Amino acid sequence: MSDFIPIIVLAPIAALLINLFFGSRMRGEMAGWIATGAVAISFFVTLGLFSNMLGWPPEQRTIHFHWLDWIHVGRVNVDISYLIDQLSIIFMLVITGVGSLIHLYSISYMKGDRGYWRFFVYLNLFIVMMLQLVMADNYLLTFVGWEGVGLCSYLLIGFWYDEKKNNDAAKKAFIVNRIGDFGFLVAMGAMLWQFKSLNYLDILGSGGNVVDGVHHIGMATTLAVGAPIATIITLMLFLGCTGKSAQIPLYVWLPDAMAGPTPVSALIHAATMVTSGIFLVARSNILFALSPTTLSVVAGIGAATAIFAAMIGIFQNDIKKVLAYSTVSQLGYMFLALGVGAFTAGVFHVVTHAFFKACLFLGSGAVIHAMHHEQDMQKMGGLGKYLPITFWTFLIATLAIAGIPPFAGFFSKDEILWQAFSRGSVVLWLIGALAALMTAFYMFRVIYLTFYGTERFDTDHHEPHEVDWRMWLPLVVLAALSIGAGFLGMPSVFGAGNWFEKWLEPVVSRGEEISKVAGAAEGAGLEWALMAVSVGIAVAGILLAARFYKRRLTLAKDEAQLGAAYQLMHNKFYVDELYDKTVIQPIYNVSNGFLYKIVDVRVIDGIINGLAHITEIGSGMIRRIQTGIVQNYAVLIVVGLFVLVGYLVMF
Amino acid sequence: MAPLSHYLAVSAILFVIGTAGVLFRRNAIIIFMCVELMLNAVNLTLIAFSQFFGDQTGQILVFFVMTVAAAEAAVGLAIVIALFRNKQTVDVAKVNILKW
Repeated sequence: MSDFIPIIVLAPIAALLINLFFGSRMRGEMAGWIATGAVAISFFVTLGLFSNMLGWPPEQRTIHFHWLDWIHVGRVNVDISYLIDQLSIIFMLVITGVGSLIHLYSISYMKGDRGYWRFFVYLNLFIVMMLQLVMADNYLLTFVGWEGVGLCSYLLIGFWYDEKKNNDAAKKAFIVNRIGDFGFLVAMGAMLWQFKSLNYLDILGSGGNVVDGVHHIGMATTLAVGAPIATIITLMLFLGCTGKSAQIPLYVWLPDAMAGPTPVSALIHAATMVTSGIFLVARSNILFALSPTTLSVVAGIGAATAIFAAMIGIFQNDIKKVLAYSTVSQLGYMFLALGVGAFTAGVFHVVTHAFFKACLFLGSGAVIHAMHHEQDMQKMGGLGKYLPITFWTFLIATLAIAGIPPFAGFFSKDEILWQAFSRGSVVLWLIGALAALMTAFYMFRVIYLTFYGTERFDTDHHEPHEVDWRMWLPLVVLAALSIGAGFLGMPSVFGAGNWFEKWLEPVVSRGEEISKVAGAAEGAGLEWALMAVSVGIAVAGILLAARFYKRRLTLAKDEAQLGAAYQLMHNKFYVDELYDKTVIQPIYNVSNGFLYKIVDVRVIDGIINGLAHITEIGSGMIRRIQTGIVQNYAVLIVVGLFVLVGYLVMF
Repeated sequence: MAPLSHYLAVSAILFVIGTAGVLFRRNAIIIFMCVELMLNAVNLTLIAFSQFFGDQTGQILVFFVMTVAAAEAAVGLAIVIALFRNKQTVDVAKVNILKW
């Protein structure tokens, strides 16, 4: 089976090459179908691999696949090799599965765009890079994928490059991510210094797994809990994660990234790339567990991001912006779980979130499509009867994200809240619960403003129409997954046992064990009680949204009555303005005032022009020798002859 | 028979006269004649040394020099004539057009 592993990567590469060279000459939907087919092939190969793995004993469910040699310097060996274990196969399934659905959706959504084939080249490249990120057996190859998905994100945010705001958003995403990537690089340097290796098996070990016939003992396990080097490495890695996964303080790029086409928002900025931070922490769980400091930072940042972004999301009127802030908030949840050492819960939420958030984004894409590229919810309303499939799938996904049982989001979010309570603290749980309340509220605000109430759009020209099958089929599949995926991770108090937890156990058990706080809260009764509370919270959020928005017509005016709080949240707490004042303007001023006007113009240009000037003056003097009078030259020859002969005679 | 040094002295005097003519005269034809004078001064040296050392090489070299001098005179005269046609003068001070 492992012979087929290269196909997973090569299929999208082949498709992207075909589209790159011949795409501009293809007609109709050809380029889209090639790209979609390739990702579907990857998905089915991955699925085959996964079903094989299911049949193996748990401790042998790891494939270490050496593909190509890469860097061999001194004692450091870094190859293009893949480590496919319980963790990476989950991510691979999500990437290729959700990826192929979104490709299918894009075939119709991007139709008629003049960059049609270019779009699919980028999407395929993204899939390749994302697979590198999760399949790599070492940090460097992960970093290659990490940078690669960043590049694709940049290219796709600025896909419609003839509008300046799209390019600005793309640049913002790129630059903010560079700051995070700096952390990743420093972490890799520290690991090279400490462990003389970048391979996961060398550093982290193989958990309970047998890889290449042996149990690898990671060098990290020889460190003591709280070792400074572990804190440095993990804090720097986490800096990378805050960039890629849009956490405080580097979250500002994600809402702006909505400038890209909607399928991009669904695939890259909700389902896959932004979760790579969670992947990295989960992969390095042993290292993170060794540093209680980092873990509390992760949990703190996660919780803060979850509630902060949720607050901003409440009063956004752009349908995609709400979803973007919701993504930031949900990613905060995942980090909250990782921070308390519940790595399984974090990864589980990644999976369910990928389904329902992709569904939400694609649904919003269908709405935007029907509304002729209107994204302001104040100008929608009453769309439920025009777009029945979109409405029902959107509703299912919204129920899932709000945390209503038995939808998928309930199980994963509740698991996180329970872990935050039992392994973390009441404060973390409270923040999480509050964010859950807000999530339910703002998501149903979207539902009511978009699909219910009076029609606030112009129906004279076109009636909104339902999307075609290439767009609604992914919606339906994702909605089905939003219902069903939760059962994979049913809490063990339900009796059936948590399959997801068992599946991931070999990879994360050591990390969860090390990070486990002594005397953590336990008990089935408590768990049931908290579960009831979180369902109650979700229902309260929904009712609250219904109370305010179900029939509301004069939305902007009513919300404005809330005064300062509304202004603050509506304007995103002025964080962008704060960054502009404290970071961007000073950098700009230094660049313009000092680097440009002094260093560049005065110093560098001065030196170059000065040299040219000196040469000019010097040549002006020397050229006087060339009189054009032949006899002068003859005199010089004779004088030279005398000097030469004189020299030879004297010495 | 006069000793070698006498020949060399005459040759040196002729050479210096030729050199001075090339350097200081303005008439292109005179300059030419001075160049010939320098060549002949060298020829005289070659003959003298050839006789002194009893070696024929010097005499053969003289024929080469005379051949080259004749060729040079032919080309040089052509140049002077072309120059005169264009400038109506053979004064080298008035044809210094290759200057800054």
